Amino acid sequence: MIAHSVFFYIFSLIAIVSAVMVTVSKNTVHSVFFLILDFISISCLFIMIGAEFLGMIMLIVYVGAVAVLFLFVVMMLNVAEQKGQWFSSRWDGGTHIPVGLLVSLIIFFELIIVIGGWKYKPDLLNSLSLKISTEVTNTKSIGNVLYTDYILLFQISGMILLVAMIGAIVLTYRERAGVKRQSYVKQISRERSEGVDLVEAEKNKGVKIDA
Amino acid sequence: MDSYFSIIFTEVYKILFLLVPVLVSVAMIVWLDRRVWAFVQKRRGPNVVGPFGLFQSLADALKYIFKEIIIPASSNKLVFVLAPVVTMTLALISWAVIPFGENFVVADINVGILYLFAVSSLGVYGIIMGGWASNSKYPFLGAIRSAAQMVSYEVSIGVIIINVLLCVGSLNLSDIVMAQQNLWFVIPLFPMFVIFFISALAETNRPPFDLPEAEAELVAGYQTEYSGMMYAMFWLGEYANILLMCAMGAVLFLGGWLSPIDIFPFNAIPGPFWLIFKILFLFILFALVKATVPRYRYDQLMKLGWKIFLPFSLFYVVLTSSFLLYFDLLPGK
Repeated sequence: MIAHSVFFYIFSLIAIVSAVMVTVSKNTVHSVFFLILDFISISCLFIMIGAEFLGMIMLIVYVGAVAVLFLFVVMMLNVAEQKGQWFSSRWDGGTHIPVGLLVSLIIFFELIIVIGGWKYKPDLLNSLSLKISTEVTNTKSIGNVLYTDYILLFQISGMILLVAMIGAIVLTYRERAGVKRQSYVKQISRERSEGVDLVEAEKNKGVKIDA
Repeated sequence: MDSYFSIIFTEVYKILFLLVPVLVSVAMIVWLDRRVWAFVQKRRGPNVVGPFGLFQSLADALKYIFKEIIIPASSNKLVFVLAPVVTMTLALISWAVIPFGENFVVADINVGILYLFAVSSLGVYGIIMGGWASNSKYPFLGAIRSAAQMVSYEVSIGVIIINVLLCVGSLNLSDIVMAQQNLWFVIPLFPMFVIFFISALAETNRPPFDLPEAEAELVAGYQTEYSGMMYAMFWLGEYANILLMCAMGAVLFLGGWLSPIDIFPFNAIPGPFWLIFKILFLFILFALVKATVPRYRYDQLMKLGWKIFLPFSLFYVVLTSSFLLYFDLLPGK
């Protein structure tokens, strides 16, 4: 068990340090890199408690997809220029700091409630209606819970996500005039007779193509 | 305490036993790639260093080692140095779960295929880091292109993997191979094999999908500012990834270490050799594609990934699962 706890402390140390560095580091791209490191070490912790499926899904979804998008956005926006406005030494009233403080206070109280619940009801794990079995692999048990026991809730959340996605597309979609689109069917079905056009041009007069 | 050391010793031994052949074969595969390419174009290819030019890659590696590493002054130095390291590491750690035979695998984990998928989805970071840290326009454009491309094609690879998993009922790579004892998945899932092959080309930035490099427009994409051994590490990582994709295709569709027919002269050849044959077969296909097909345009590439491959492979998931359900062939009952 010694090796196990040594690895546990290494991974949790990396997770905590990188979580702090996400907020502290001045370069926003570095922040995202630390966020990625944080995700990776947390997925290592998941794997260490035997939840290998969750750990891998964490890597695939958060590190492989979500963080790439974060990185995209952060690299594209020139945050360094705005930083002077956000964290200027004098407070000009309408900054992000009060809102940020409010949000962090709410999250802090939520954390207290969650950890306090654990403290006052130590047998929380046993009072769950779900049976945690060590016999089946956790891929199978997650599948059972998601697709058998709670299939309706799962479907509803899928529908909500789909609606959100369609909403985002509809909100940001704008039809631009004058954009030429490629049509494979049109290109392939073009015959030589339509492609070549012989025009009898008059002297000193232009010919109108592209009719 | 003694047992810990013995465990560590055996694991290190196993890892070295895997990594050294992989690295050597990466060097050889570069040579093979160039030879096949030259053969198609009626050239000779590298044929001077050693017999048939076999040692050409070693000579190239020596050249890279002795070249100066130039780090641009305005680059982000730490990230710039880390990027090739990340690429190379990620390309090598995925080999841990590839089964070369029955019980002949470094880490026989339950979620092997997810591990492979996760590591290959991390591969995009080496490229983004390299492109961003160079602090220069072409590398940045190349990195952005490459990231968009790799993320897009990962989606269709994920759906293709679901097709295979439906037929197997396990995420373990050895189980996936053992499920193909009677019938390789390339026969029932042939359209998926084709799409997997094309997506693997796009995922590893091979021609015709090598827009991240695009030497004609972006100089060399994300690796423009790299020189010496750091460039060589990007290169090696790329080829290790290509080999890995071939291995993945061999395990998922071509029956891994199994022999094609289970009769005497074939099943006497040990499993690892069969896997190597299959990897080489897939790699030669990769090289032939490189030699014959012109480069895609970027919007066509995206259209192919999102509008053709993704809907088709989703449709095939429905088809496979309904087929399995109707004929009562679902595994793991």
